[in-house]
Amino acid sequence: MSAREPVIVGVGLSDYPVAPRLSTAQHHAQAMQRALANCGLQKRALDGYCCVGMGGGAAEAMVMAEYLGIDHRYVDSTMTGGSSFEFHVQHAAAALRQGLCEAVLVTYGSNFLSARGRTLGTGGFGGRGARVHGPDMYQAPYGLSLVGAYAMVARRHMHEFGTKPEHLAEIAVGVREYAGLNPNAMYREPITVQDVLASRMIADPLHKLDCCVVSDGGGAFIMTTAERARDLRQPPVRVLGAAGGQTHWNISQMPDFTRSAAARSAPETFAQAGLTPADVDVIQFYDSFTITVLTLLEDCGFCAKGEGGPFVAEGHLRRGGKLPLNTDGGGLSSCHSGMRGIFLIIEAVRQLRGQAGPAQVPDAEVALCAGSGGFLSGIGTVLLGKA
Amino acid sequence: MEVVRGSEWQRPKPGPDAFERPFFEAAARGELLYQRCPKCGHVQFYPRAVCTACGADPEWAQASGRGTVHTYTIVRQNGMPPFKDELPYVVAMVELPEGVRMMGNVTDCADEVGVGTALEAYAVEFEPGLALPFWRPLR
Repeated sequence: MSAREPVIVGVGLSDYPVAPRLSTAQHHAQAMQRALANCGLQKRALDGYCCVGMGGGAAEAMVMAEYLGIDHRYVDSTMTGGSSFEFHVQHAAAALRQGLCEAVLVTYGSNFLSARGRTLGTGGFGGRGARVHGPDMYQAPYGLSLVGAYAMVARRHMHEFGTKPEHLAEIAVGVREYAGLNPNAMYREPITVQDVLASRMIADPLHKLDCCVVSDGGGAFIMTTAERARDLRQPPVRVLGAAGGQTHWNISQMPDFTRSAAARSAPETFAQAGLTPADVDVIQFYDSFTITVLTLLEDCGFCAKGEGGPFVAEGHLRRGGKLPLNTDGGGLSSCHSGMRGIFLIIEAVRQLRGQAGPAQVPDAEVALCAGSGGFLSGIGTVLLGKA
Repeated sequence: MEVVRGSEWQRPKPGPDAFERPFFEAAARGELLYQRCPKCGHVQFYPRAVCTACGADPEWAQASGRGTVHTYTIVRQNGMPPFKDELPYVVAMVELPEGVRMMGNVTDCADEVGVGTALEAYAVEFEPGLALPFWRPLR
């Protein structure tokens, strides 16, 4: 490793999935404390900060830098929805290489469940009496819901490629198996494909168990240079590649309902690393819904477009499969506090350090994180590797 | 397209600015508008002050009011009134022969909706002189 190669050295999670006594700011703070303790870096060494949130409004990074007391030379408040943190890795890696800073903290925190209940997916885009503006004028009056938006993606995939509800259900079943190994996961009881198909239909063709949980929770990770990482407590995890893109923001503007920006960002990410999908040992993919995972799998090149259903049905994503998915129990079963992208990075680091306990993927050396923001809108892909 | 007036509108109301208003005013006259670029021919919806392909000023164009279902969902859970009282309902992306897609509800369709279903537009006034398009199966 060259001296200024960007690495991840510390990770921390705040209390989840239900933490009624923690405010959004406290989630950020607790996660930062745990990430610092994890790597042994002093707080005063942090001179870069990336932050985005659903609590502090547009200036969340400024608000939280003040609250946490971060004296930053480099700051990034890039907001692409749930994939923001994959973009933060891309940007922080470049900043570290350029010498703009020496140690970057990335935090997220949310008390979403305790503050707002389970309204995220089915609360709609405005109700009686609401005035809507801009692109919402052509969506909100029709009663679009978040689940409904993804349901239209799933329906189109089924129409074009013959993908079956059973294929999507298999994704939820595999992630639940890993949740059973995580004592903190929101749901841990094993489920079957039949359980998924028998769960309540929220927006055809997506059932309740095709949808992620709504939880509280926050996370933090710390990036620095390979040189600075030498005397820290944990083995560094290398950032091998990071790229991102956007095809739309509003679901009505999705140019191809079966293809996300990962179709471009993933090949770019692999090219940076000099790797191919065959080199990946474990994947941490944004699983807001089962269809999110299926779309990202195809776009990242693990199978051809349209073949995601049969690919998943072969069991590759399960524990013991060739491409284990969401080894922490994912958003589908463990933790989804509004924007999940930070947990993808944290869990990949845990795997590459060999610290994942019973969920450890044997000999995991390369992990791919794929974050999705909005409605499969803003996609960030990050390849991480064991040092 | 047919215009339904005098309905008691319970849904979120568009608050268009001066640039966006012609779409809703046209709908209230029974005309469905989209945009076409006079410079490069690109068509687009929703209306914007710029062509997303070449950056020129787009012009309004009138659509036929016909379309087909590109994809759809049947929403069965929505906690927000008035939608919670209207469950289940169909939200679809409608592909227009003119080359753009619009989101809308497909009404009067029972269980006959599917990808490819042929539709016709109608408009519902949400305040005097301003309307939004809705869709139903072409009979």
